[in-house]
Amino acid sequence: MGLMDFFKKKTSGDIAKDRLKLVLVSDRANCSPDIMEMIKNDIIQVISKYMEIDAEGLDIQITQTESEGNNGNVPALYANIPIKDMKHPSTCK
Amino acid sequence: MSEVIVITSGKGGVGKTTTTANVGTGLAQLDKKVVLIDTDIGLRNLDVVMGLENRIVYNLVDVVEGNCRMKQALIKDKRYPNLSLLPSAQTRDKSAVSPEQMVKLIDELREDFDYILLDCPAGIEQGFKNAIAGADRALVVTTPEVSAIRDADRIIGLLGANEVKRTELIVNRLRMDMVKRGDMMNINDVTDILAIDLIGAIPDDEQIVISTNQGEPLVGSDCLAGKAFANICHRILGEEVPFLDLEIKSSVWGKLKEIFKKN
Repeated sequence: MGLMDFFKKKTSGDIAKDRLKLVLVSDRANCSPDIMEMIKNDIIQVISKYMEIDAEGLDIQITQTESEGNNGNVPALYANIPIKDMKHPSTCK
Repeated sequence: MSEVIVITSGKGGVGKTTTTANVGTGLAQLDKKVVLIDTDIGLRNLDVVMGLENRIVYNLVDVVEGNCRMKQALIKDKRYPNLSLLPSAQTRDKSAVSPEQMVKLIDELREDFDYILLDCPAGIEQGFKNAIAGADRALVVTTPEVSAIRDADRIIGLLGANEVKRTELIVNRLRMDMVKRGDMMNINDVTDILAIDLIGAIPDDEQIVISTNQGEPLVGSDCLAGKAFANICHRILGEEVPFLDLEIKSSVWGKLKEIFKKN
């Protein structure tokens, strides 16, 4: 970002582009909020077997990420799972 | 070898019919044998945009149901001997035709024409499925607006899932004054988001309204939109044509004014 861009106000065209990019990620993923909630609960269950996590602070979303192949951007499931305590140190090395 | 091209968009009112009329006429001007098929059963419009509405006797549904032969339903455009139109039925609905029947109808036309252009209805239901069933190639029309682009993205996904081999984008109704101010997404923004190849960009042009009023496609005429459509036709034939410079050229005086406006 150049110095000039820093001072420039975001134009409505830029806003449109940003909003579209976000909405298309979820459109393309074809994932309803219900399904996201189910995925979230399953993740909590599985991880909880090995460590204590902060279920409230858990955040999952579908985003775009650069593909390692040459497919350009691909959707990715991003999960931020705060760990409270490593409950069973023997099971998770 | 004939090529079947569907012109589609998802959202209504972005210029599918105008594009079909102009691209079809443009290809006929380049000495290709072209037939335009209006697949929007119940809401036919391609005939009025082409100025052929007074010559309809039979329609697409009549051909499919065997009420007439294909030759009887095709309207030859007197202005271009290579150009024909198969009009849609106005008093029927989308369920009158199935995708299988469309494929059969198109295969019959392949023998006589170089290009078969299908004007697709808005939406993603039966009418869309009918229109894309026999298509080799798709032109997706969008405008630089969030709603049109979102729908175009959905359509591009569906075309891929239905194995239409080649999908290209037309960005219609660009207002370069607004793009310049940053109040409209530019061509790169749109191709960036939709991630398919661009085959043409059409500026918003009053001449389009005038030509539609008169029922005479403006492709090939001297206005910017006419040139842009002619270029699309050349690109469909596989020629490399540079994209038109749609930038508004401002005079020295205009530039001075802009500088003062900014400060």
